[in-house]
Amino acid sequence: MAGPYSDKVMDHFMHPRNMGEIEDASGVGEVGNPACGDVMRLYLKIEDNRIVDAKFKTFGCGAAIASSSMTTEMIKGKTIDEALEISNQAVAEALGGLPPAKEHCSVLAEDALKAALEDYKKKQSG
Amino acid sequence: MLYYFVVSPMKRVYFDNGSTTPVDKRVLEAMLPYFTELFGNPSSVLIEEGGAPRAAVDEARHRVADLVNAKPDEIIFTSSATEANNLAIKGLVLANREKRKRILFSDIEHYSVMLQADYLRSLGFEIDYVRVDEYGVVDLDDLRKKATVDVLLASIMHANLEIGTIQPVGEIAMILKERGIIFHSDGAGACGMIPVDVKGLGVDVMTISAHQFNGPKGAAALYLRTGVSLKTIMHGGFQEMGYRGGTENVPALVGFGEASRIAKEEMSDKVRRLTFLGRKLWDGIGSQITDLHFTGHPTQRLPGHVSFWIEFVEGESLLLWLNLNGVASASGSACASNLLAADETGLKASHVLTAVGVPPEICHGSITFSLGKDNTEEEADHVISVLPSIVDRLREMSPLFDKSKGGT
Repeated sequence: MAGPYSDKVMDHFMHPRNMGEIEDASGVGEVGNPACGDVMRLYLKIEDNRIVDAKFKTFGCGAAIASSSMTTEMIKGKTIDEALEISNQAVAEALGGLPPAKEHCSVLAEDALKAALEDYKKKQSG
Repeated sequence: MLYYFVVSPMKRVYFDNGSTTPVDKRVLEAMLPYFTELFGNPSSVLIEEGGAPRAAVDEARHRVADLVNAKPDEIIFTSSATEANNLAIKGLVLANREKRKRILFSDIEHYSVMLQADYLRSLGFEIDYVRVDEYGVVDLDDLRKKATVDVLLASIMHANLEIGTIQPVGEIAMILKERGIIFHSDGAGACGMIPVDVKGLGVDVMTISAHQFNGPKGAAALYLRTGVSLKTIMHGGFQEMGYRGGTENVPALVGFGEASRIAKEEMSDKVRRLTFLGRKLWDGIGSQITDLHFTGHPTQRLPGHVSFWIEFVEGESLLLWLNLNGVASASGSACASNLLAADETGLKASHVLTAVGVPPEICHGSITFSLGKDNTEEEADHVISVLPSIVDRLREMSPLFDKSKGGT
């Protein structure tokens, strides 16, 4: 059986890391819309400017789920500034590449991170 | 670097016969001599090598004609249903273009019909689309309204492989005939799967595909009723009565003929078995999974065809998980259907599902199981047993699911 997804993508699809919710999240970001086929919600727990925990829920294809999972792995332990430096290309690369038609799925994860940090900042200032 | 993943070596359950079917062993046996011993060109009529291939192609033509109750000289062989649909529509339009200026398609035609629209418009034709109802059945009132006397040709399929619905082809033919409109029907999904009688139905032109019913790929045909004029779109040879130049794919045509013979002989038994298995799958899935919606007509549908969408579950993920559990299915999901595209511009919800009123976000959750003649009850039981846990798992991951349950 052959498929166009890398082994890393399939691994994260079959065994998603950090799937779930954080009840007292410092910031939550939801992006995408069902009409595009993908919706991702990212929960962040931030302490001293550092992401100490991250969890996600995603409605989407294999690439969307794998990108969500990989993103949470990559941002955990990072400071906010460090996390913001992680590009969607970096997520795609860490997954061993995505088919060209699926590259937008890694953008979804990047956007979810930005939205969650925006929410965090809003909560801080509010 | 793409890696091709390996699934555990469990026995596969192949429920994707709408994509293609395995070649029947009897069909393969019939084909084999025509690759090596009987390799001659059927056009080489003056030498001995051409004799047997010529006779074999003629015999295949008889058998295909017999499957749909046509005359042998009304069967034009092509390489695929896509080619047959192109030959039908372009060939009919080019031969009759002076007469009328409008063409009708249904909203749920295959891409090989739909994507000819721009070319036809460039020839000066206007395309109009006939609506289908929520079950995917052509709206006959809408057809009556749009089938005006300036319509040259209507192309309306017999059965849809994505949602399983079988059209009232006979009634459609009567409406079109009254108005002098040529009727092409894409029968790729129906011929060989259900009894099709082109004379009884009253169609003028019909597409038939071998690999949909255990024949080989690379063989298809167009039924062209005697008296209907068609121009070739493949110049360069006198083969196929001048309608389609090119040396015949003899082994594939022999296989097509044998598959047609078998399909006709075993039709009633196959329909009975597949109807039973389809019903079992339908009931088994429907009773276990909440917020599941079947697509297509509940009874006027292909035997052994079950299609549905599940709220809060995305189609490609569902298809991938079924695959990991040994089950081959198809998804109307935009993503799944265009995964090999060069970019994401082709990612759109299925036009068939949007036509039957399924909202675009829902179209991403659709799955089609299409059973074939070799599938068993045990296989249907396996699918019924694995599907609920896959759905639970994907819903657990879905941010849309907890929303509906009043979550964050």
